[in-house]
Amino acid sequence: MSHEYIPEIATDRDGNEHEVQGWQGDFYGGKLGFWLFMFTEVLMFGAMFMVLSYYNTLHPQDFLDASASLNRVLGGTNTVILLVSALTMGLGLLKMRTGDVKGAKLMIWATILLATAFLVIKGFEWSAEYHHGIFLMHDQLLAESPLPFGQKLFFGMYFTMTGLHGFHILIGIGLMIWLLKRINAGKVSQDHHILYWNIALYWDIVHLIWVFVFPYYYMIGAGGVTGGH
Amino acid sequence: MSKSYFDETHCAIGHPKSTFMQWMLTIDHKRIGLMYAAVMFTFFFVAVATAFVMRLELFAPGAQFIDGDTFNQAFTLHGVIMIFLFIIPGVPAVLGNIVMPLMIGAKDVSFPRLNWFTFWLYILGALVALASLFTDAGFADTGWTFYAPYSLNTGTNVIFTLVAAFILGMASILTGLNFLVTIHRLRAPGMTFWKMPLFVWGIYATAWIQLLATPVVGITLILAIMEKYFGIGIFDPAKGGDPVLFEHLFWIYSHPAVYLMILPAFGIMSEIIPTFSRRTIFGYRSIALSSASIAGVGYLVWGHHLYTSGMADTAKVIFSFLTFFVAIPTGVKFYDWVATMYKGKIILSTPMLWALGTIITFTIGGLTGVTIAMIGVDIHLQDTYYTVAHFHYAMLGGVVFLFFAGLHYWFPLVTGKMYNEKQAKIAFYLQFVGFNLLWFPMFIAGYYGMPRRYFDYLPEFQIYHQFSFFGAVIFITGLTYMFVVFFKGWTKGKPSGTNPWNATTLEWHMPSSPPPLENHSKVPYVDFEPYEYHHGEPVVKFDYETMKRID
Repeated sequence: MSHEYIPEIATDRDGNEHEVQGWQGDFYGGKLGFWLFMFTEVLMFGAMFMVLSYYNTLHPQDFLDASASLNRVLGGTNTVILLVSALTMGLGLLKMRTGDVKGAKLMIWATILLATAFLVIKGFEWSAEYHHGIFLMHDQLLAESPLPFGQKLFFGMYFTMTGLHGFHILIGIGLMIWLLKRINAGKVSQDHHILYWNIALYWDIVHLIWVFVFPYYYMIGAGGVTGGH
Repeated sequence: MSKSYFDETHCAIGHPKSTFMQWMLTIDHKRIGLMYAAVMFTFFFVAVATAFVMRLELFAPGAQFIDGDTFNQAFTLHGVIMIFLFIIPGVPAVLGNIVMPLMIGAKDVSFPRLNWFTFWLYILGALVALASLFTDAGFADTGWTFYAPYSLNTGTNVIFTLVAAFILGMASILTGLNFLVTIHRLRAPGMTFWKMPLFVWGIYATAWIQLLATPVVGITLILAIMEKYFGIGIFDPAKGGDPVLFEHLFWIYSHPAVYLMILPAFGIMSEIIPTFSRRTIFGYRSIALSSASIAGVGYLVWGHHLYTSGMADTAKVIFSFLTFFVAIPTGVKFYDWVATMYKGKIILSTPMLWALGTIITFTIGGLTGVTIAMIGVDIHLQDTYYTVAHFHYAMLGGVVFLFFAGLHYWFPLVTGKMYNEKQAKIAFYLQFVGFNLLWFPMFIAGYYGMPRRYFDYLPEFQIYHQFSFFGAVIFITGLTYMFVVFFKGWTKGKPSGTNPWNATTLEWHMPSSPPPLENHSKVPYVDFEPYEYHHGEPVVKFDYETMKRID
């Protein structure tokens, strides 16, 4: 009872032979499946953006004020970090496809390092907001804070969405460490790199989501701080 | 005697010796489907029992056996189990898993290990849902829809149910994803989309809904959890939120979800009708495309649940119109089925009886749905027994009846045995009569104003509740008897052979009965339509050694 795939041939009535596609080693099937899964991620965050924009139309000024109080330097740094990490991830995949396993592993380590840096900076941001009295805590701080409704909603969604995004980063780091183990075990190679391909795709979605999160949370209130410049 | 999938299996981890572990770790789609069936029907009976307790309580006005709070928890339990644990995964997870890969000539689904993982995710979700039954706060009492703000303020354990629904949603997404890739990648050579059996079309349309609608409810449940634990105020008006927003987000998924339930069931109907009419199906392409268009239009109709919740009049008119529009492709299917039977050699076997019964019950369920899609009528009938009767006619009298039809139809394929036809027919008639007696009086009660989810009522409604009660007794008797017939068939039935119904689709051309571990030993080249009959006989014949056509 092995899982080995023996290519099978179906013969039509004219005697022509057609290869039967098996589920084993189906590169395009693996890719299609993961693209579909990424689609569900987009829908999940899409629904949250819909909620966000709905409340934005109800409380436009509150949203601008709340956004203005976020730290654009840290947020901007994180954006750059994430975009660079997408680059390292992509370069690593290219290296794997040309057979440079060592270079690919180096690039994965670089991506892990950048992802960790992202989380550390995010942690600083969150703790700063915590010290300003804006945090989610069992109905207490947020509910009792003197902030207007709109700002509470803004920060509530901010913590939910950046939290969920941070959770995806964590999962991504776990996936990359697993990928390194699989490469070391020889299971991912130049000829068989669907796992690498899909994890790179996952990482692209993670930074793609951030590319939308960053302007919506950090930039809409930037005009008020810089006087419109 | 050749080995069947009961004798050997592939496992997700290692090669365990014990039969039990082989079942727990199996990645064989047929075994996974069977395990889904076992778990699902256990839950189904729990939910039926809960419903029966409610019927018992409603036999007379006033409180008899349970108090109002317990009643609230009872209908929530009934709804949560029936919707999230039974009918949403239902047909795809059981029959889709078992039959779909056989129908397209695949060895398994595209991701067999993911399939195994999905099954255990489903079990995890089920356990989380039921865990709250045994906690102090008790099971949720919100109804299966978890409407805000009540779900955010109630003291019962809504959080467990929300988490469970999220996990089950994940399982549903992964099943859909798996099937989509399987149907795209693993069809036998020569089988184009227009040569796929219609059940596969149903599964395909369903899989898209699972994939595209479920994430929305997933995130809605997460937002509700965040709201409940951190007090953000997204849905709670006391904190500045909008409870109608919850209803929108919830129904954006949950309305397409009803098409998710019915489309694979329609697929079963499209298999059974041509087989037992011995006739090529009428309008193959229109049936296939109507599945796809129901799935598409089904996304745009969720607003009809919110006519009384507060919505712009223009939006109501648009939603009302779009809801009528869904009835068109559904009607096309029904005309196609009836046209298939016209001048056919109809054989009234049990699966066919179930299919014919469903044509009656689902027509009632579907047409009453059109009446409450009208804004004015709906204002009168919203949240009455009329609505309850409508969706039970559509869900029980549509999806579950066809599910049963499918169970009878594919029973010989799965077990290699045949049940007793005569007894199975008795079970059908009992359920058909009981079903109508149970639900039809509710249309009238609802029309006169009996509201749903009430545990007490005015004396003038007593007669309808009593009819319903006797209907329920007959229905449950028939239901139990049907499973007894299945059990007896499995243990003592005669061997059925590979193709007892003279059907044409690929799952009936297996090398042995029940099928071997990796399905078709030799995959045929598919250059024929799925339902080709000529003078009541199947056109396509195979040499089973080489799987080449010999007709």
